[in-house]
Amino acid sequence: MRYRFDVRIGPVGFRVGSAWRQPIAALRDLYAGYPEPDGGIADFTVRLEPERPWRRYLRPSVAIHGDFTLPDAAPLPLAQGLLAAEMGMNLQMALGQRRYLLLHASVVERDGWALLMTGHSGAGKSTLAALLGERGWRFMGDEFALLDPGTGLLHAFPRLVSLKNAAIDAMTAEIAADRFGPLLMGTPKGAIRHLRPNAAALSAMDAPARPALILFPRYGFAAAARPVGASEAFVRLTQASTNYVAMGEPAFDALSVLVRDVPGRAIDYPDTEGAVALVERLWTEALA
Amino acid sequence: MGIVYRADPPSARCLVALDALDLIYHRPSGMTHIVSEPVPQILDMLTNGPADAEAIVVRLLEQHDFDPEGAVEAVAARLAELEAIGLVERT
Amino acid sequence: MRALADAMREPATTATLDAEGWTSLFAAARAEQMIGSLAFRLEAQPMPAAAARILADARASAEQWRRSALWEAEMARRALAQLDLPVVLMKGTAYAAAGMDAGAGRSIGDLDIMVPREALKAAETALIAAGWEWVKPDPYDDAYYRDHMHELPPLIHRERDRMIDVHHTTLPLTARITPDAAAMLADSVVLEDGLRIMAPEDMVLHGVAHLFADGDLAGGLRNLWDQDRLLRELGVVAGFWDRLRARARLHGLEWHLALALRLTRHLYATPVDPALAGRAGLFDRWFVRRLLARDGWGRQTRKFTQLAFYIRSHWLRMPPAMLARHLWTKWRKAT
Repeated sequence: MRYRFDVRIGPVGFRVGSAWRQPIAALRDLYAGYPEPDGGIADFTVRLEPERPWRRYLRPSVAIHGDFTLPDAAPLPLAQGLLAAEMGMNLQMALGQRRYLLLHASVVERDGWALLMTGHSGAGKSTLAALLGERGWRFMGDEFALLDPGTGLLHAFPRLVSLKNAAIDAMTAEIAADRFGPLLMGTPKGAIRHLRPNAAALSAMDAPARPALILFPRYGFAAAARPVGASEAFVRLTQASTNYVAMGEPAFDALSVLVRDVPGRAIDYPDTEGAVALVERLWTEALA
Repeated sequence: MGIVYRADPPSARCLVALDALDLIYHRPSGMTHIVSEPVPQILDMLTNGPADAEAIVVRLLEQHDFDPEGAVEAVAARLAELEAIGLVERT
Repeated sequence: MRALADAMREPATTATLDAEGWTSLFAAARAEQMIGSLAFRLEAQPMPAAAARILADARASAEQWRRSALWEAEMARRALAQLDLPVVLMKGTAYAAAGMDAGAGRSIGDLDIMVPREALKAAETALIAAGWEWVKPDPYDDAYYRDHMHELPPLIHRERDRMIDVHHTTLPLTARITPDAAAMLADSVVLEDGLRIMAPEDMVLHGVAHLFADGDLAGGLRNLWDQDRLLRELGVVAGFWDRLRARARLHGLEWHLALALRLTRHLYATPVDPALAGRAGLFDRWFVRRLLARDGWGRQTRKFTQLAFYIRSHWLRMPPAMLARHLWTKWRKAT
């Protein structure tokens, strides 16, 4: 393909090819300093290409293809090419990842222990992880948690944080401007702006962590916390996994051990400051 | 006599007991089932050979203490569900 | 690209691959749905650690697919048990159930089974009672399937979300080639659990018929890899090639068989009976180009040949007037 970018994020290597320069330039900029795929061999290929040859120039629209493709994935306008690249990488993970059990969750780490946060879109797990990543925790990822069935450890997958709508202003107030990508208006999910993980997240990218607490956050309610039993956590985490079924018995073993050994809490929070305080309190209790 | 069912040997299953429910990983299908009592017990009772609901209740009563009234119907209903997911099979 | 066919034919050819070569090989193998077969084929081959990890994942994934495909066959067997029918597994599930080399790492999609034509209605009723449902409630599509195709409209299981295609012949009734389905059923071989697979020669010929009649040669590289494995495993049995010749005549597939034998010999160096394969035809090279029309990014190349094949495949499936009616109905529905 005409333009390409190779990158390793955590343990996973990607090769992104594009018919246009812009998305690759944006990736190069925001992923500066990330390593190459291990041995130069990418786990997954993503292709950003026009649906029809003339659509490269005429109202260019970016179709998201690759090793794994959804037949009904709608193309995006070229101005949202960075988002298309990120979605393409997500898609490869969701459909193709078989080494790690993939949980739709964000992860942060402190003192070698990992905090796993999972919930529906809009529950705030992404913003919360990004914020904690600026407040003394190591950001490990905001989209997928990678659970190694062999060791029970979580591997970091520190992709760009995809901030949506109100979260964009909250984070721009906190973080230097050079870590942000372009503001993408009118995407299928509203306004999106990508945030580059900080130096600490990048330098410790290859260090896995043992899970110590699982949170199921819910945004927009008065602060509250309740214990989540092992069987409820199991059900919710299988629902949050794209490859649980495809991975078979190793996934069953890993997930049943996780929910048996690691406490779970459902938390409600009215605002992100309240959430940070609540997380700190529950963390102290969990590690006590 | 009711419908007689048989089950795979216990080695075909991995059972994990959690707080309220039990998880069964069924190796031949690669499927996970989340079940509650008395499903694991019913499957246990079938390790001694095929049986119908009544015979299973008789076997259960040898090891567990419960009111047998309505138990045959309840076990028959569970067996039909287990048949649908392939954990038991008509002989 | 040739690297995929080369790696399948001779794993040692991968010794010269650089990092980009491996990445391209994997992209092409995934696009052809051959990554699992490739992973098994290269299992003993030295390679960089990153490549070995990717192929180990592919083997584990294929094993999981194999397990769930066999379970789907088992659930169909249970659902149809009371009807006392011959139920013949087809394609990937058959190779896996019989433990054949062609099944090693092979991706398996829907469950394809064949039952006698007169039993189709009873089979449908029994499957629906066991939890399968119609995929397409659209009456036009439904009538189309029943009138012109070789199968029931596909059914999907409401709990397991897996499709089953129940055939009563091996190709669309509208296709120009009409293998003798009754003979395939009659000579099928029973497995230990009561399910059946086709006789060895029919297994090869069924694959051949699909290669040229079922679609636009898409998946041809994988189909021919099946043929290679089948022919290597079955071809050593005494009398196989003579029976294959006779059977091809019975099904009217002699020309197709000869071409498939030449193509698989060309791509995978399959040992074949030279008399059966015959002399190279005018179009052989065109077929080879089409089969290898994929680049290192996994993209289809040679758009023009693709278009030619698209027309060809519809031509084979349906007499032209019917095609026009079919497309028209589709267009109207789209607006």
